[in-house]
Amino acid sequence: MSVDAQSQSVLAPGPWSKRFAAAVVILYAGLAVLPLLWIFLTGFKTPPDSIAYPPKFVFEPSLEGYVNLFTTRSRQSDDYLAGLPPPTNWVDRLVRSRNMVIAGPSKFGQRFVNSVIIGFGSTALAVVLGTLAAYGFSRFRVPLADDLLFFILSTRMMPPIAVAIPIYLMYRSLGLTDSHLGMILLYTAVNVSLAVWLLKGFIDEIPREYEEAAMIDGYTRFQAFWRVVLPQAATGIAATAIFCLIFAWNEYAFAVLLTSGEAQTTPPFIPFIIGEGGQDWPAVAAGTTLFLVPIVVFTVLLRRHLLRGITFGAVRK
Amino acid sequence: MTETSSLPFLSVGTAAEAPSQFAGRLRGLSDRAMAWLFIAPTILLLLAINVFPLLWTIELSFTNYRANRPNAPLRWVGFDNYASILSDSDVWYAMQATAHFVVWTITLQVLLGFGLALLINRRFRGHGFWTTVILLPMMLSPAVVGNFWTFLFQPQTGLFNTAIAFVTGSDPSSFQMIGDVGLAPWSIILVDTWMWTPYVMLICLAGLRSIPDDIYEAAEIDRASAWRRFWSITLPMVLPFLMLAVLFRGIENFKMFDMVNLLTSGGPGSTTEVASITLKREAFEKWRTGYSSAFAIILFVTVFGLANIYVKALNKVKQR
Repeated sequence: MSVDAQSQSVLAPGPWSKRFAAAVVILYAGLAVLPLLWIFLTGFKTPPDSIAYPPKFVFEPSLEGYVNLFTTRSRQSDDYLAGLPPPTNWVDRLVRSRNMVIAGPSKFGQRFVNSVIIGFGSTALAVVLGTLAAYGFSRFRVPLADDLLFFILSTRMMPPIAVAIPIYLMYRSLGLTDSHLGMILLYTAVNVSLAVWLLKGFIDEIPREYEEAAMIDGYTRFQAFWRVVLPQAATGIAATAIFCLIFAWNEYAFAVLLTSGEAQTTPPFIPFIIGEGGQDWPAVAAGTTLFLVPIVVFTVLLRRHLLRGITFGAVRK
Repeated sequence: MTETSSLPFLSVGTAAEAPSQFAGRLRGLSDRAMAWLFIAPTILLLLAINVFPLLWTIELSFTNYRANRPNAPLRWVGFDNYASILSDSDVWYAMQATAHFVVWTITLQVLLGFGLALLINRRFRGHGFWTTVILLPMMLSPAVVGNFWTFLFQPQTGLFNTAIAFVTGSDPSSFQMIGDVGLAPWSIILVDTWMWTPYVMLICLAGLRSIPDDIYEAAEIDRASAWRRFWSITLPMVLPFLMLAVLFRGIENFKMFDMVNLLTSGGPGSTTEVASITLKREAFEKWRTGYSSAFAIILFVTVFGLANIYVKALNKVKQR
């Protein structure tokens, strides 16, 4: 069987070829992940350590970044500090050691909550609308279906700033500027195109015989959709939801132009975490870390569906 | 409406099944009414949040409207906005900066992404884990990450400058990635490539895995060299996937705003001022709403036109 032995050499790379591939890929992965590692580490540095020259790889970990992220502080004179009652907890002690007192909570918590509200709200809406529309496109003969699907996709081709101009004017006259509802509707509109395309792919894969059987058994069309198709599409719906959530979570352009306070999400806020004399990098890094961790978790969960999600369902494995 | 109802040009891999008009008309509503019931909410939302604003933008683009002076008298200016945009040297500069950004990011991402995919496809032990690690940057918020890269690019104290200085033996404060006119365009290309190489890689990997083994076996029997196998089998088979990746990256990078806005905000001077940044300046800093609406329409038509031409080319490649 010499042919087999030879074809093996093509289909299964030899040990050295594998070792070489592994070395290059791991080197790239290491370099690619280094900036993320640096964000994580910087979150646990003190402000002086974070801008030390040369950069410090070994340092004494500190929670100052996280404390600064969640509080606003004011600098006080030695006399004033001496007159205060002794600090009661480690946060106070840490802040006092910098000759400051805590003035109150920062806005980070509120911005983070906004991200959660707007992210989950728009995801829920986009997935509900998207599932319905995807089912419609998948199971019915819709007039001009191709054109409608292309129209739904083409709404994504507009640069966000171009969309933001009329939305800004529209929201101003409707009173939706800087409101949760306005942002939820906007993100829903952007995400629904992704949801329709992805979910259509997932629903196309469910054999229609299942519903036909259910409907012969006396289910109405809607019951068949609800009790037969939805459970079958659960994985696809979950994957789609996570993609929508990631988009809403990461979105910056609309957020920075259409929100300023009340409904501002985290991405436009993080660059404005300011300390004394510029950006407070440990606090920025701490905020960035807290903001990125959910996405890292989701990415690992989504591994198997990632390809579909990023190509609008055009490439399936 | 011949073979598939999902857009044929975009689906690579398993094609979708055609919708048959099956027993939908069992009771009550007709098929058509049912279909609209399912689809209408989405279409209505898109009409309200996408189409209506788009039409409004078109209307505004023929006026001298300024959003910061809503009560000033509105005047129709015909095609004046369009004419002044096309003769505005700043706009042409922005288009050039955008083209430079798009061409270089795509070139680098295709080379790196395809290369990594070829290596990962050798299926060494642990390749799944390392693939996931490599994928991480593309899932993160470009704005938040772009902001953090300003820290990595700081002369003297930044990690990037330190690393480059360590490798080249130069001084970490001898160059400024963001502040230097010559280097700034490369700093945005670098960060974008770092973020999006995994995207191209993942799609190429799917392409490589779609090639049936027996084609390689046949080539082996014909004693085709490794080089020959790559050019005659691997590359042509992966090409549709690669082109799809280029389409998506091209559209995304043409619209690029968030990462660049936070990394360089178009500076120094206007060296990294890509189209979206110029658009934001005109619309939300100078408040020339009519003018910027016309610019927005021009950008949209450009993306749409280029994407359509490209899709035609993609179809030709797939039919071969």
